[in-house]
Amino acid sequence: MNLTLKIWRQKNSNSKGKMVDYPISDISPDMSFLEMLDVLNNQLIEKGEEPVAFDHDCREGICGMCSLYINGEAHGPDRGVTTCQLHMRKFKDGDTIYIEPFRAKAFPVVKDLAVDRSAFDRIQHAGGYISVNTSGNTQDANSLPVQKEHADRAFDAATCIGCGACVASCKNSSAMLYVSAKISQYALLPQGKVEAEERVQSMVNQMDAEGFGNCSNTGACEVECPKGISLENIARMNREYFKAKASTKD
Amino acid sequence: MATLDANIPKGPLKDKWTNHKNNINLVNPANKRNIDIIVVGTGLAGGSAAATLAELGYNVKAFCFQDSPRRAHSIAAQGGINAAKNYQGDGDSIYRLFYDTVKGGDYRSREANVYRLAEVSANIIDQCVAQGVPFAREYGGLLDNRSFGGVLVSRTFYAKGQTGQQLLLGAYSAMNRQIGRGKIKMYNRHEMMDVVKVDGKARGIIARNLVTGEVERHGAHAVVVGSGGYGNIFFLSTNAMGSNASAAWKIHKKGAYFANPCFTQIHPTCIPVSGDLQAKLTLMSESLRNDGRIWVPKKKEDVEAIRSGKLRPTQIKEEDRDYYLERRYPAFGNLVPRDVASRAAKERCDAGYGVNQTGEAVYLDFSSAIERYGKEAAHVKGLDENDKSLVEKLGKEAVANKYGNLFQMYEKIVDENPYETPMMIYPAVHYTMGGVWVDYNLMTTVPGLYAIGEANFSDHGANRLGASALMQGLADGYFVLPYTIGDYLSGDIRTGAISTDTKEFELAEKEVIERLDYFVNNKGEKPVDFYHKRLGKIMWNKCGMSRNAETLKSAIDEIKALREEFWKGVRVPGTRNEFNEELAKAGRVADFMELGELFAKDALEREESCGGHFREESQTEEGEAKRDDENYKYVAAWEYKGEPSEAVLHKEDLVYENIELKTRSYK
Amino acid sequence: MSKSGFFNSSIGRKFAMALSALFLMIFLLQHLTINFTAVFSPETFNELSHFMGTNVVVQFIAQPILIFAVVFHFIMGFILEARNRAARPISYKRNSGGANSSWMSRNMIYSGLVILAFLVLHFIDFWIPEINYKYIEMNAADPNRYYSELLHKFENPYRVIAYIVAFILLALHLLHGFGSAFQSIGQNNKYIDGLKKFGVIYSIVIPLGFIITAVVLYMNAH
Repeated sequence: MNLTLKIWRQKNSNSKGKMVDYPISDISPDMSFLEMLDVLNNQLIEKGEEPVAFDHDCREGICGMCSLYINGEAHGPDRGVTTCQLHMRKFKDGDTIYIEPFRAKAFPVVKDLAVDRSAFDRIQHAGGYISVNTSGNTQDANSLPVQKEHADRAFDAATCIGCGACVASCKNSSAMLYVSAKISQYALLPQGKVEAEERVQSMVNQMDAEGFGNCSNTGACEVECPKGISLENIARMNREYFKAKASTKD
Repeated sequence: MATLDANIPKGPLKDKWTNHKNNINLVNPANKRNIDIIVVGTGLAGGSAAATLAELGYNVKAFCFQDSPRRAHSIAAQGGINAAKNYQGDGDSIYRLFYDTVKGGDYRSREANVYRLAEVSANIIDQCVAQGVPFAREYGGLLDNRSFGGVLVSRTFYAKGQTGQQLLLGAYSAMNRQIGRGKIKMYNRHEMMDVVKVDGKARGIIARNLVTGEVERHGAHAVVVGSGGYGNIFFLSTNAMGSNASAAWKIHKKGAYFANPCFTQIHPTCIPVSGDLQAKLTLMSESLRNDGRIWVPKKKEDVEAIRSGKLRPTQIKEEDRDYYLERRYPAFGNLVPRDVASRAAKERCDAGYGVNQTGEAVYLDFSSAIERYGKEAAHVKGLDENDKSLVEKLGKEAVANKYGNLFQMYEKIVDENPYETPMMIYPAVHYTMGGVWVDYNLMTTVPGLYAIGEANFSDHGANRLGASALMQGLADGYFVLPYTIGDYLSGDIRTGAISTDTKEFELAEKEVIERLDYFVNNKGEKPVDFYHKRLGKIMWNKCGMSRNAETLKSAIDEIKALREEFWKGVRVPGTRNEFNEELAKAGRVADFMELGELFAKDALEREESCGGHFREESQTEEGEAKRDDENYKYVAAWEYKGEPSEAVLHKEDLVYENIELKTRSYK
Repeated sequence: MSKSGFFNSSIGRKFAMALSALFLMIFLLQHLTINFTAVFSPETFNELSHFMGTNVVVQFIAQPILIFAVVFHFIMGFILEARNRAARPISYKRNSGGANSSWMSRNMIYSGLVILAFLVLHFIDFWIPEINYKYIEMNAADPNRYYSELLHKFENPYRVIAYIVAFILLALHLLHGFGSAFQSIGQNNKYIDGLKKFGVIYSIVIPLGFIITAVVLYMNAH
């Protein structure tokens, strides 16, 4: 396959960026998208040019490090995959492919296509945990049965990989799918219920402070989410937040 | 050759850990506030250690090269985590887990460590459930278990095919709590460049901020390395692209011995290599072997027909299929340990029965499982068990429930539907049992320097059983290191903060900067990957699933030559003071080039077959691995002496008082 | 409710937006019900209009609440839109919004602005003359004037067209807004599928009812 890539180049967070065209040839349809970029980068290096910076690590769709807004969609046109699992067979010979970084005020560009998603971490610092000591002296794991349906739903929410595709796809750059996934996971488990009210308030406060937009329920995040995190979680978060605000005294 | 003392506590095996905990020195809470600990790596081991140490009151600085601690490659572990809970009532116990692990490791691990691991395994599950890890549950609300290769009980806890992810996110949440409290200072996108020793003790690290390129000094009273394994030495592996051995290798060069580097796990169920430009191999969880049957055609002409596309695998008749694992190992069948399964696949493919274009693939077939589950479901629902299409539909649903995400992953990568046609799999490098040598306290040969998780060598011997890596990482981080490190730090309560304005830090920083400058100023022509791929080829062909003296010797020469070529010919664009992925990669590959040589040297020295280390000279008539307990029942710990070739061997004799050494048989 | 600004938070604002929307949707139903009587019974229409126009509770309690809800819904919508735009200072060179979301959901601000423009027209047409008639000129109550006034307004075909366009945009606004309001107040449960289907029916039937009314009145006027 021969392709034309239009890639966002930006030296660092302070500089202005622009789209640059790169033709690339002899790409096999069985290659992954990132392998295609590896090829481009090695060609650039051999020509004495700077390779394109992009985030990636596990290349099996679970670490959440890869990003990229490809042809107008987070993680590209395929569904249920991250960019590292997107294969070139989803494109046609002669295609022009736009490759841009995930865009949001809360995700400043580090270089080229790599962005800083530490805002996500800070939301977790605010309350994305159950306050239990790691001493191991807790009760036996089976002493508290959990209804299978709740356990399964908690699991589904917990499969979020924190890639930020929800923010990137949302026309409002809202982080609600990401935040609600963690809130839902804990709200559904008896172990997490104890702190649920405190948690939802502090995480939402931090989310707002980071400059993410508001949810307008377009559902784009759910469609683009590589792990299929459901909008149900956002509804649950809204409910939890309302409950918490209605019941806390301060 | 010197021998090594592992500081194993005296007393009966089952009391060693308890007694040890009772007798070691502690640091009082007020003093902990004045002690700093650096933790490098935030996977299961590093993350859980950082969280627990911070919770105990120490000031922790945690480092990871990724953009968030949650990205550590522990996240990719799929299948599960073992624990001797005996919830299934199938006769499991601490002893049995201990026994299976030692046997699975082909009697090359340390009894006392493994027993301790089995002992704390149950706590891990309690801990994780309390943290909100959503393990799979049965309808009654209790935890579910499954079985894994190499054992006869169901002791594996799991969260679909994403157990590592859920456990890591649990550790990450524990870290977040401490970061929120200010007890952990997190350094994302930072790479450890070297360890700094002062008066023989580890007192800090030199790190590079990968965003700005700035080289920083960080002082601490102790340094913990939990940076994972070195599987990427093979270029193609199931490791993440960034997984590297640099932290482990750097501390080796500063005095920490490196143990059993040749013990590498080649995982049997990975998606086969598809092309030359491939960057990474993808693992399919071993749990698939619970229900999938592995086979190749019996007849060569069928193999040819399949390769040329004239036959589909589903068209091969039952009697023309060679279920070689079931044939060779009737007792364990498809559930033999990983090393055995991998070698068996290689044997069939080498004999010409590989089923894809490259001749390096075997089938993993779910059709019998689909039928079995389908019939079961039809029976439960009171439907017609003889209705073929119904049974198939129900069976596929059941299989999708268990392995849906894995099947989806396979389909995305290979573009074939594994519900309809058997999966193709082939072994790939997955885990490294070898690593930094540590004593019972997980301390390396450098005082104040610790290694945990996959980065150390301690618990898996020559082969790791499935679902044990997660167990070991969390055991080290949550339950072992936080206790044992106090014994050492109790001597440091009067030391005060470690200053980084000393000549030791200055020198270490200078060396780091010099090396970085070398790369960006080198007038080479080829990118780092060019050399890394060639190193990988040498490693895979000559130090891979089977090895012999001749190939190992030539590997050593080739790696040495390649290393020289690399240093001369590598081109790193850009500068040192910016986000420069190529520069980071160059440093990592430079370290692999050295480690690779030691790897081959260690493999050459060990003239026996054990676990993942298969020396062709040492096999039985049936082609099974032949151990040599008389001569090689030891840990080979290498001391760095300026060049990998000059490394000096220290032996730690392995003493088995509670287990009788047997030939491992899964027949 | 706690003091630490429920309505200053992102979720609180969503909630408020949704509650005002739900209120306005009930109002629309009521408004249509009365209007529709004009299609088949001018007498009933006059009767109901007279009641609404002179009842103290409707005039001095319900009406201010309604006006508040309308104003609130618009202002909050503008605030949220401004904040949401600020959350992405650099936009994509290429964005395939249609691949993952409906046109309606992405353009609520535009359908909303058209509805706002319509409301201005609507107020000029009916509300201001009504207020003028009753509270400024202090004319005597005339229970039979409503239908003829209405008919008079719909003589002009341009007005009818403007109304129809606005109602189509209202339908689009509702098609997303109905389900969205329930999601925002946290109702995404086993009833949601049924609710969404009802929402589609509602979003089409209500504007269609207004359109039919307008068209019938136009024909009756000629």
